[in-house]
Amino acid sequence: MPQTTLPIELTVNGTLRGIDVAPHHTLLEVLRDDLQLTGSKECCLVGECGACTILVNGRSVDSCLVLAVEADGADVLTVEGLASPDGRLAPIQAAFLDQGGVQCGFCTPGQLMSAHALLAGHPHPTRAEIEEGMAGNLCRCACYEQIFAAIDQAASGAAPAVTGASVRAEAGDAWAGAKTSAEGLDQ
Amino acid sequence: MTALDGTIGTSPNRVGGIDRVTGAQRYLADMSVTDALHAKLVTVPVARARVARIDGSAALALPGVRLVLTADDLPQPVPRFGPQNLDRPVLATGETKYHGDPVALVVADTREQAEAGVAAVHVDYKALPAVCTVAAALATGAPLVQDRSLRAKDPRRNTNVLNEHVVAWGDVEAAAAEPGLTIVERRYTFPMVTHFAIEPHAFMAAPDGDGVSVWSTIQHPNWLQKTIAGLTRLPLSKVRVYAPDPGGGFGGKQHAKYEPAVVFAALRLGRPVRLVLTLEETFQAVRRAACEARVRTGFTADGRIAFHDIEADYLIGAYTDIADRVVGKGSYPAAGPYNVPAVRIVARAILSHTVPSTAFRGFGNPQINWAVESTIDEGARVLGIDPVDVRLRNLARKGDRFIPFDTPCDGEWDQAVRKAAELIGWDTPCPPGRGRGIALGIKSGPTTGLSYSIVRLLADGSVVVYAGTSDMGQGARTVFAQIASHELGAPLDWITVVMGDTAIVPYDQQTSASRSTVLMGNAILAACRDIQAKLRSIAATQLGAADTDVTVAEGVVRLADGREFPIREVLAAGLGRLGGEITGLGEMRKEAEAGHPLSGAPAFFEFNCTAIEAEVDADTGDVTIDRHVTVSDVGKALNPLQVRMQDEGAAIMGLGHTLMEHYILDDEGRIRNLGAIDYRIPTSMDLPRELRSEAVENADGPGPYGSKGMSEGALLCVAPAVAAAVRDATGVAIRDLPLTPERVWRALQVGAAPGDAEGRR
Repeated sequence: MPQTTLPIELTVNGTLRGIDVAPHHTLLEVLRDDLQLTGSKECCLVGECGACTILVNGRSVDSCLVLAVEADGADVLTVEGLASPDGRLAPIQAAFLDQGGVQCGFCTPGQLMSAHALLAGHPHPTRAEIEEGMAGNLCRCACYEQIFAAIDQAASGAAPAVTGASVRAEAGDAWAGAKTSAEGLDQ
Repeated sequence: MTALDGTIGTSPNRVGGIDRVTGAQRYLADMSVTDALHAKLVTVPVARARVARIDGSAALALPGVRLVLTADDLPQPVPRFGPQNLDRPVLATGETKYHGDPVALVVADTREQAEAGVAAVHVDYKALPAVCTVAAALATGAPLVQDRSLRAKDPRRNTNVLNEHVVAWGDVEAAAAEPGLTIVERRYTFPMVTHFAIEPHAFMAAPDGDGVSVWSTIQHPNWLQKTIAGLTRLPLSKVRVYAPDPGGGFGGKQHAKYEPAVVFAALRLGRPVRLVLTLEETFQAVRRAACEARVRTGFTADGRIAFHDIEADYLIGAYTDIADRVVGKGSYPAAGPYNVPAVRIVARAILSHTVPSTAFRGFGNPQINWAVESTIDEGARVLGIDPVDVRLRNLARKGDRFIPFDTPCDGEWDQAVRKAAELIGWDTPCPPGRGRGIALGIKSGPTTGLSYSIVRLLADGSVVVYAGTSDMGQGARTVFAQIASHELGAPLDWITVVMGDTAIVPYDQQTSASRSTVLMGNAILAACRDIQAKLRSIAATQLGAADTDVTVAEGVVRLADGREFPIREVLAAGLGRLGGEITGLGEMRKEAEAGHPLSGAPAFFEFNCTAIEAEVDADTGDVTIDRHVTVSDVGKALNPLQVRMQDEGAAIMGLGHTLMEHYILDDEGRIRNLGAIDYRIPTSMDLPRELRSEAVENADGPGPYGSKGMSEGALLCVAPAVAAAVRDATGVAIRDLPLTPERVWRALQVGAAPGDAEGRR
């Protein structure tokens, strides 16, 4: 069947992208299939599970429910855009690691995006605000308490115990730098 | 503690966690290979149908459609597979057996073209009467779910009873005839529920030289390899299974589902084919067996359990999958963690025209534990004895052979009961309007097992661990890395755990029954100790010491004269100028035991005690869990945070089948609540107001450092504990799950039956 496409422009994670999209394709399909940004996940495709949550112009949306053409001109933030370009994790990402907010990890990108949006609107959310703000993101591993603790940590501005790749590199360097001296043995 | 300290008993950040928070983690649906085609399933919208003809010509005329694969295109007779019985056809042949049983696979260049192709396939079918309940399956003249020819040697082949499992000791009738007993007899039902892993199942297959490669969200890559090799008549070495970390499994990804059909399509087309299920299709692929149980229990006046007489009919699906094992193993410890002198358990696996039930966290135990623990609660109330006291009076103590000929009680289980009671404040007054309930549960761990591991200590002291376990969220990678770190001294980020590729990783039987920390953990420990033994010889040679004067442990080489060297200093010297590595091999084998009904006594028991404080909104029937306490005996928590997460996850999953989850079938056996809108699982709004999980640790398990398997126990007791709390709060006993607002509200309108309110606190 002949398929027409429409040109749209999206600013995705800070980069302006021009894409020709099928008019019936969702934003999720375009992110995953056309832009190879597979961090946003497919599960229910009816806006119930939240695995595809992203931010569009600062608002959290289920990207499975938004047509890509509707987002023409929009600013889109996905999980791939949370860390800084040098790989330093955002506080909410580090907090998820610290608090154990991640198990299988499949819902995690959506949880992170909802948490990010929640904190943008409520820098110091109450428990009730967290429950409400995260209600659209299912976690079947059910580490909800750890996710809430991560949001608390990020909100408190407490220094994370780990900041991901950067700390990993530093610690690795420390062990790598230690002399593997064989003196006294090499005899 | 730092994120990189792998010390046993601490909680370093999850290995693989960084990729999971950046979106870099690649699940199967995020992967593809060049030239991959897309497949979709063709089904018919009834539970059972005679399929006369499948016409794919219109579909094949559509752009991009490459293949409409039906049973007629497969080797004849159509190959069948299954972990217990070879009864599931690669594609339905002649008759579909459940709503969602695929009759064809459409393969096209794009997913949309495949979807269009599915819509264009014409299936000429006639709906047939279906049996979708225990009563219908057992009715005289009921249609047989399975063709008799598949069960030629089975004396039950003329019925829908696939199997009957009987466990008995003592004399139940004699015990029941003793005077002075209080006998409680009740019936309980447990609904069909589904795993609802957030990652839907996905599969891919591709011709690979003179063999085939298969990608699957499978928990058991080696079992899948065996299945595909059998169906394609290829040697194991020519079937390569890639099993990327599943996005949640819970048992639903243990065994092959549509991988065989995808493999046949890929081999026929000579191109890679991928199939990613929708969530709705996963509902039609995996579920937990429903159960109807009758429990008759006798109590002495002082609260001793004199006998248990238990019958359980598990409604399994149309094909066996692993469901018969679920029934047999799940019902085996149905008498609970108690010393009971006379027990009779009869559990039947009953075939029906429903989605094949399979393994699901708890493996048949939650269904029966719901009934038995509720009966004990009722007995306690009738007798006027505290429900905690009744349980402690009967509870097995360490070493007790509470199930004759089985593994004796292997923990200080009373500690868990006392801890749970203390944490819920059992002996303190319950706040007005609330009720409390408590329940115990056990589950048998693995009864057989075989895990190999290879560990490589590389020249710089870094480590590669090979383990065939699937890390589906339980955190196996992290625990395995901790073991290697602890034994060989490398920091966690110098350790790589390789999983999920049968061409590279040595054999592991399976990731199930909470076995991996114990069985694979021991294999890894053995491999590390193999390396330590080699280091010991190297160090002795290097240092001119006798072998007996050298010890290697926890990353350090020690000499009798007090000198100590980090392992990698010895390594660097020992490997010399050429470098290289030291390789260790570990094997953990738990052989089958002839004559044991489960083919072996369990390696350990999972024991849990759950205590609940709840309230009920009389106007809406809504149950609020005010406090949820769960205490498991874990032997030793190698990673306490992961232990807590597994227990809390199991607890909340248990609240799902207790309060909200169930398939709703129409009269034709169609599932009416397919998908996330109409089938609810717990969200952040459904949590207990207070959730407390604790572990009992006595380092008395068979795993590394005294650990036991855990992660299912906290699910076993949720339903009976919640129902007991609801009864305590309202005086109304409800014996059917889930306790939806509608069901609770209706029960409140009817009010307490005679005796229901007895023993209210």
